[in-house]
Amino acid sequence: MEAVLIEGGRIVDPASGVDRSGRILLEAGVVRALDPSDGAIPPECRRIDASGCIVAPGLVDLATELREPGREEDEQIASGVAAAVAGGYTSILCASNTDPPIDSPGTVELVRQKAAVADLARVHVIACVSKGRQGEVMAELGLLSEAGAVAFSDSPRPLPNNALLRRALEYCRMFDRPILDRPGVPELSIGGVMHEGQVSLVLGLSGLPTEAEDLAVARDVRLAEATGGRLHVGPVSTMGAIDMLRRVKSRGVRVTASACPHNLTLSDQALRSFDARFKVHPPLRSERHIETLREAIADGTIDAVQSGHMPRADEKKMNDLDLSPFGQSSLETSLAVVITEMLRPGIIDWPTLIRRMSTTPAEIAGIDAGTLRIGAPADLIVIDPEAEWTVDEASFHSHCRSSPLVGHTLHGRVTHAIVGGRVRYESGVLSAEC
Amino acid sequence: MNQPAQPAPDASTAAASPAARGGAVTPPPVDWNRRHLLDLERLSAAEITALLDTAQWMKDATGGCRNKLSLLSGMTCANLFFENSTRTRNSFSLAARRLGADTVEFSSGGSSVAKGETFVDTAKTIEAMGVDWVVTRHSTPGTPHLLARELRCRVLNAGDGAHEHPTQGLLDMLTIRQHRGRIEGLTVALVGDIAHSRTARSNLWGLRKLGAHVIVCGPATLVSPRWEELGIEVAHDLDAILDRCDVLNLLRIQFERQSTPSFPSIHEYALRYAMNGRRMRRSKPDILIMAPGPINRGVEITPEVADGPQSVILDQVTNGIAVRMAALWLLAQGTGEET
Repeated sequence: MEAVLIEGGRIVDPASGVDRSGRILLEAGVVRALDPSDGAIPPECRRIDASGCIVAPGLVDLATELREPGREEDEQIASGVAAAVAGGYTSILCASNTDPPIDSPGTVELVRQKAAVADLARVHVIACVSKGRQGEVMAELGLLSEAGAVAFSDSPRPLPNNALLRRALEYCRMFDRPILDRPGVPELSIGGVMHEGQVSLVLGLSGLPTEAEDLAVARDVRLAEATGGRLHVGPVSTMGAIDMLRRVKSRGVRVTASACPHNLTLSDQALRSFDARFKVHPPLRSERHIETLREAIADGTIDAVQSGHMPRADEKKMNDLDLSPFGQSSLETSLAVVITEMLRPGIIDWPTLIRRMSTTPAEIAGIDAGTLRIGAPADLIVIDPEAEWTVDEASFHSHCRSSPLVGHTLHGRVTHAIVGGRVRYESGVLSAEC
Repeated sequence: MNQPAQPAPDASTAAASPAARGGAVTPPPVDWNRRHLLDLERLSAAEITALLDTAQWMKDATGGCRNKLSLLSGMTCANLFFENSTRTRNSFSLAARRLGADTVEFSSGGSSVAKGETFVDTAKTIEAMGVDWVVTRHSTPGTPHLLARELRCRVLNAGDGAHEHPTQGLLDMLTIRQHRGRIEGLTVALVGDIAHSRTARSNLWGLRKLGAHVIVCGPATLVSPRWEELGIEVAHDLDAILDRCDVLNLLRIQFERQSTPSFPSIHEYALRYAMNGRRMRRSKPDILIMAPGPINRGVEITPEVADGPQSVILDQVTNGIAVRMAALWLLAQGTGEET
């Protein structure tokens, strides 16, 4: 395997406390050295000039819907991992909402094998909490853990059954695997297509009230505290959810939370167009929720940013707001949205951004990723922070072309994505074509 | 006793209708350049007045919407209704035919929509048959706006879910104007299921733009306090606002749009909100009673009020044709691009 030397860039690795200019040597699939002496660099080494760029551990996504098997019209594992590396994600957690859902060791294995064939981003598997993702009977969490599942979730469905969640949190303590809950109370959200507020009132559209999320978060954190199980709530999008998380975290309750980039940039006003591209989940909320969410990411109340990649086929999204499913393609825009909305305005710095999008998600998932320490897997990205680009759905590697950000100008773009020491993506081109 | 509602002197008089006497006359030019009528929220006061003035001209020129003009002969209007409707659909058809246009009817039952076609594809198919206007009704807000982006022909919203029903708002305002000569300065209460009512939304935007004071009144589950942020008065006690109201517009309870019941019983609703004889005697003597229909006697209105001297419910129906004639005519003249 070839060695790679990345030089001239600013190395940002919060896990090892590094934030400085330097060069980094990758060899045999791992990080070999920081600032190696000239003699330590193999002569045939590939050199990447990262001048003016950020060199950071590859991003880690806590939930990516890949939709295969069963919903290949929305996304396939191959297209999903291509979109992942193009967006700077070198490790993703595949959501369990395939068809059949990932509730058996066989399906876990299928996803892992297909991902190995695609050979782009690393794919870890989230298995269902409940059999058939029906929210009633616990899936075989022990066998699923043995098969390689790193976390459990029924997302995008919430877990409305309190008894099931309590039992699952208790049971999972044996495997040290987290349960990921997308907080929601279904009976408060029937028929809802957008954030419930002044805009939904004027448009006559059914709302998704914030209290549906707030109540579920309150229940989640209480059950996490009571059971001592590992719970991650997310994505969250409301002031009430953040208020609740702040309070329990100050008491030391072991719970983590995440949010999605689209909730940091667009508001519910976008729905005035009645365009189903803006029917995303969590829904686009009002300005004060956006503001609170940004603060919570800065102060760490929100531990992680997840892509919210929820691909749906064009023929499903090309519909009215009632019939269109929630969904969007976001792997390829997430990093740039966070750079544009959080970093450039000075709300967070580079180490915080990398922590929220790489280091902490890797810790939550319990996977060996999210750091550039010597000996760690050589999963890293080079980011041109000044690149300015306009979101064009035709350039997406994902099957799903529906994005609420089409036409928006964003800053910051991945120039290289390296997985296991091999360049898998370079300036718009995937490895097979490199 | 209450005074009967007096028609304004300009209504249905032959003096203002040269076309009715056979002259090749077109409505006077007004301030209008749109190709679509999607909602009243986006219209200016001048545009709403243009529609009302043209509608009044249409009514006068046709002897109260009974005679035919040939202003739009050779043009075709498609009724594309994805939700049940009798009165609005027939009103649009009559309006088109009174102007000399042809009509084509399409409803979702038994059509390609039932076979899995999206409504945009259905609309494009109808458009390809060579129609000039598509009149659309759909249970989802915003569907006319999507059609306006996708189609080249003119689009009229005949009701999109709980969002808007612009011609209903206009015909309500035309009716008020005929009986009162003005909108400005009047207090108009919209009573009932505001949450699910497209009629309420079109009315409140239109009325406010023309200077009326609007009250939305109904159970707290169906009247959001957020309306106050938008400058609309919110009330839950009909008896407390009655003596201030010049017009009551009594809306139907849309049970079909409610996922969970919004009040305990129809019995309780009727006792609290039905307009009845007792409440009439506590109202202004010249109050106008309106209802977009279909009316549920005994729920939002009792027969003695619906059929009483202050009721202008049937005027509303006639004015509906005039307003729709005006809308078809003005959109045919419009050249502006919608955003």
